[in-house]
Amino acid sequence: MNRHPSMGRLIDRNRPLSFTFDGETYRGYHGDTLASALMANGVRVIGRSFKYHRPRGIFGAGSEDPSALVQMRAGARAEPNMRATQVELYEGLVAHSQNNWPSLNWDLGAALGLVSRFLPAGFYYKTFMWPGKFWPHYEHLIRNMAGMGRSAKAADPDHYEKRHAHCDVLVIGGGAAGRTAATEAAKDGSLVWLVDENAQLEALDNVTTMARTTAFGKYDDGLYGLVERTGDHLAKPEAGAPRQILWLVRAGRMILASGAIERPLVFANNDRPGILLASAAARYLADYGVAPGKRAVIVANNDSAYDVASTLIEGGVEVAAIIDQRHMTTRREIAGCEILHNHAVIDTAGRHGLRRVTIAPLDVDGDAVPQSERLIDCDLLCVAGGFTPSVHLFSQAGGKLTFRDDIQTMVPKTEVPGITVVGTANGELDGGIGAPIALSRGKAKQFIDLQNDVTAADVELAAREGYRSVEHLKRYTTLGMGTDQGKTSNLNGIAALANALDKPLPDVGITTYRAPYTPVTIGALAGREVGAFFTPTRRTPLQEWHEDNGAVFVPAGLWQRPHYYPRGGEAMADAVKREVLAVRENVAIVDVSTLGRIDLHGVDVAEFLNRVYINGFKTLAIGMCRYGVMLRDDGMIFDDGTVAHMGDNHYIMTTTTANAGPVMAHLEYYLQVVWPDLDVRLTSITDQWAVVAVAGPQSRALLENLDSDMEFANQALPFMGWRAGEIGNIAAQVFRISFSGELAYEMAVPSDHGHALWEMLLAAGKDMDVIPYGTEALTTLRTEKGHFVMGPEADGRASADDMGLGRMLSSKKDFIGRRSLRLPALMTEGRLNLVGLVPTDGKTAIPPGAIMGNRETPGPSMEKAGHVATSVFSATLGKPIATAMVTNGRQRHGETLWAHSPVDGRVVQVEVTDPIFIDAKGERLRA
Amino acid sequence: MILLTCPHCGPRGISEFTYRGDATVARPTAPEGVDDTSWVEYLHLRDNHKGPHDELWHHVQGCRRWLRVRRDVVTHKVISCCDLAGDPAGDVAESNP
Ligand SMILES: [Zn+2]
Repeated sequence: MNRHPSMGRLIDRNRPLSFTFDGETYRGYHGDTLASALMANGVRVIGRSFKYHRPRGIFGAGSEDPSALVQMRAGARAEPNMRATQVELYEGLVAHSQNNWPSLNWDLGAALGLVSRFLPAGFYYKTFMWPGKFWPHYEHLIRNMAGMGRSAKAADPDHYEKRHAHCDVLVIGGGAAGRTAATEAAKDGSLVWLVDENAQLEALDNVTTMARTTAFGKYDDGLYGLVERTGDHLAKPEAGAPRQILWLVRAGRMILASGAIERPLVFANNDRPGILLASAAARYLADYGVAPGKRAVIVANNDSAYDVASTLIEGGVEVAAIIDQRHMTTRREIAGCEILHNHAVIDTAGRHGLRRVTIAPLDVDGDAVPQSERLIDCDLLCVAGGFTPSVHLFSQAGGKLTFRDDIQTMVPKTEVPGITVVGTANGELDGGIGAPIALSRGKAKQFIDLQNDVTAADVELAAREGYRSVEHLKRYTTLGMGTDQGKTSNLNGIAALANALDKPLPDVGITTYRAPYTPVTIGALAGREVGAFFTPTRRTPLQEWHEDNGAVFVPAGLWQRPHYYPRGGEAMADAVKREVLAVRENVAIVDVSTLGRIDLHGVDVAEFLNRVYINGFKTLAIGMCRYGVMLRDDGMIFDDGTVAHMGDNHYIMTTTTANAGPVMAHLEYYLQVVWPDLDVRLTSITDQWAVVAVAGPQSRALLENLDSDMEFANQALPFMGWRAGEIGNIAAQVFRISFSGELAYEMAVPSDHGHALWEMLLAAGKDMDVIPYGTEALTTLRTEKGHFVMGPEADGRASADDMGLGRMLSSKKDFIGRRSLRLPALMTEGRLNLVGLVPTDGKTAIPPGAIMGNRETPGPSMEKAGHVATSVFSATLGKPIATAMVTNGRQRHGETLWAHSPVDGRVVQVEVTDPIFIDAKGERLRA
Repeated sequence: MILLTCPHCGPRGISEFTYRGDATVARPTAPEGVDDTSWVEYLHLRDNHKGPHDELWHHVQGCRRWLRVRRDVVTHKVISCCDLAGDPAGDVAESNP
């Protein structure tokens, strides 16, 4: 290893580490970054560039580095596009180079460099625009060529946390300016946080310090997004500890002390390994004791180069020359180092790393004087183009920038409430920076954006083609759109555009800064909300019973509802058939606790119900229930359910499972915003009740077996009536309503007693072979009965009349949506009506979602007559049936149509029927 | 994330609320007397304001009250937030900067 004996303040020479890069084993020290360790081991080429596959090395020393991107780790923890300059070395670290094939030093894609005149700015747009049908082929090709590393295919074995916090003052950046500001801010007892993206951050009194923490985004009202990398510096996180933590911090005010990033200079072949930002070169020596080369040339437009030269010389690097682009300077002499003013580097050489630079004096126009070039051998070229304040979070907050001539860059101009920018981020930089010069060139590339391979020629071409706005330039050339967000390239890109347009740089403007400052992992953004925790799961009081008794579950909103209950190895179709027939011929029970339940109290409830349902509710007597349909104000069906009149000024409404929340918000809106004068109080009571439906011709017999003070005969509890009573000492409400079309009762008890009720029902029906049934049987039963549901049939575009509910629409009162019924669109011919379908052959299943057509072969002249909504196998009828929404469907019963599946191309001939397949007169449910 | 200062619950992140739309659009009090054009305008047509705008927000994860929020849609600055049922002048809660 090449290490200076005394320099290297961050490394611990007592803690050697070994790691591999592209399979080779190397040694480094604790405190190294992957970049510094590779440099110490003489590895110069780190990867291949994005577009031209040119060899690239280490260019910077921190988050600004555009080119030293590596594939980190392997297997499930593999992570592409990691900046080697920020990866902390650990024992056993595994990294690979990216974007090369078959190997880093012999890359086939580099051949592209030879045909690069065919890859100008806007290349993708121009080449791959037309014809559109070829796009999938182009896309495949582009993705293969442009891939920057590979993401892991297996699930991430680590976990990520998300935390919310508040502080009075958030200081971003742990340099001198940030530390001073944090200390100052803490003096009055304020809660101060100081965060820094680097590993080293010394503690401060009365300040919460967080190292390895990047403030990546500024959001509204003082919210900041931070990522703390708690496990990235380890082979794997400590047991139980997260890999990363996403902090969402609401800060009273923020102090931005994020420093400044050095700008490169633009000249031919300025991307070779061995060309580094001057400040970075000095850091590798001072921080890690690594000399980035043996013989250096420094090219600069400002005084910082002289300090870098001193550091390099102290570190044993021979500094052959300082090339100062400016005409004159007051700087000191440096022993053994040639200093050339008014000169520039105009080209470089070295296939796998820098070997030589070409310099030339500049003429009055700032271009190289012809035939005056000189070659200097060197393996390190330090570029010092001045510093650009890191104002990202200030700009994300809407802060405006202004151009300062003395430092040739943008600095904060406006005040942003709650944000103070300090130190070099605020432009506290040495002046005397030379203006950017634009060197003429032959065919050689002058890179501006090293990550996206955008050259000065690309910017000029874009300007010639009319891309005059810097935002358009960015999108057209992809300048600054890489994972580095153009930290080193944006200003040089603007300067090149200003030059091409012959406008002063400040007039060109600057692209909008957007979060994130550096890439944030999806894992951190997701936090714990993965897998089973992606959404909360709602559980009914009977969930455990369903789980213990082999139910197969299906998601219904946030609920997991039993889909069916297979017996032994029973197939789904057989189980559903058995459950359906149990309801039709015997008795079965189903958990319907998921239906929304809203309690309504107040003197105006009846009036309110009258306004929200299409049918009348004022005549509903205590002890009775009524089915109701709600519309939106545009006349489309919004929800349906039943309302029971419980007592004076007291009703209970049920909603569909999925719509319980939206219905509650809808009712609250009309009560609070539209009719605040109505006296109605709403309470969601879904979670307070366990509700079980007992359905089938034997359901009354089953209930009569219960230990209860209630009577269930027709006279005592008629169809659509409800009664309160006790079932085995549990206070219960029994509603005689039916979804299946059979004699049925819905039994409601307080949640805690749900399981007891269920067991009592099973016990009472044991001799009749009562069984539980799931939602698939429920769907089959309601489809046989011709009931539409929200979603498949009532999909937000269907009116009550479309569903055949025209007779329900009250003409005696106003209600939500009524006015819309007179709109031409709702009265016109040709609306989709609910119909039933049966396959003509009586046996072929009808594809759900199929398009209805009036002929077997699709084509432009085929009438598209609607679509299939729900398709089931009717166990009762012994054949497949379906519901469909069909154009003028009510007038087409008996007609033959074809159902065309857009998914698998199946075409099934069907007959249009009435949607009610069984018991059209409703005798069974009144039995 | 915008902070809304609910007059009942205090300052809360906007993820606790749902947005409905323009608070200045009033439902006609007698819809049957309204012509088709005006009704369709009430149902579907909204102005796209620049600058301060009155909006309806529902505190669904809090007090479940519908609130009238005056907000600059350019800067996201919340100018006021009050309960629709209360006296709008009396209930105004100034939001944090
Ligand atoms: Zn509230």
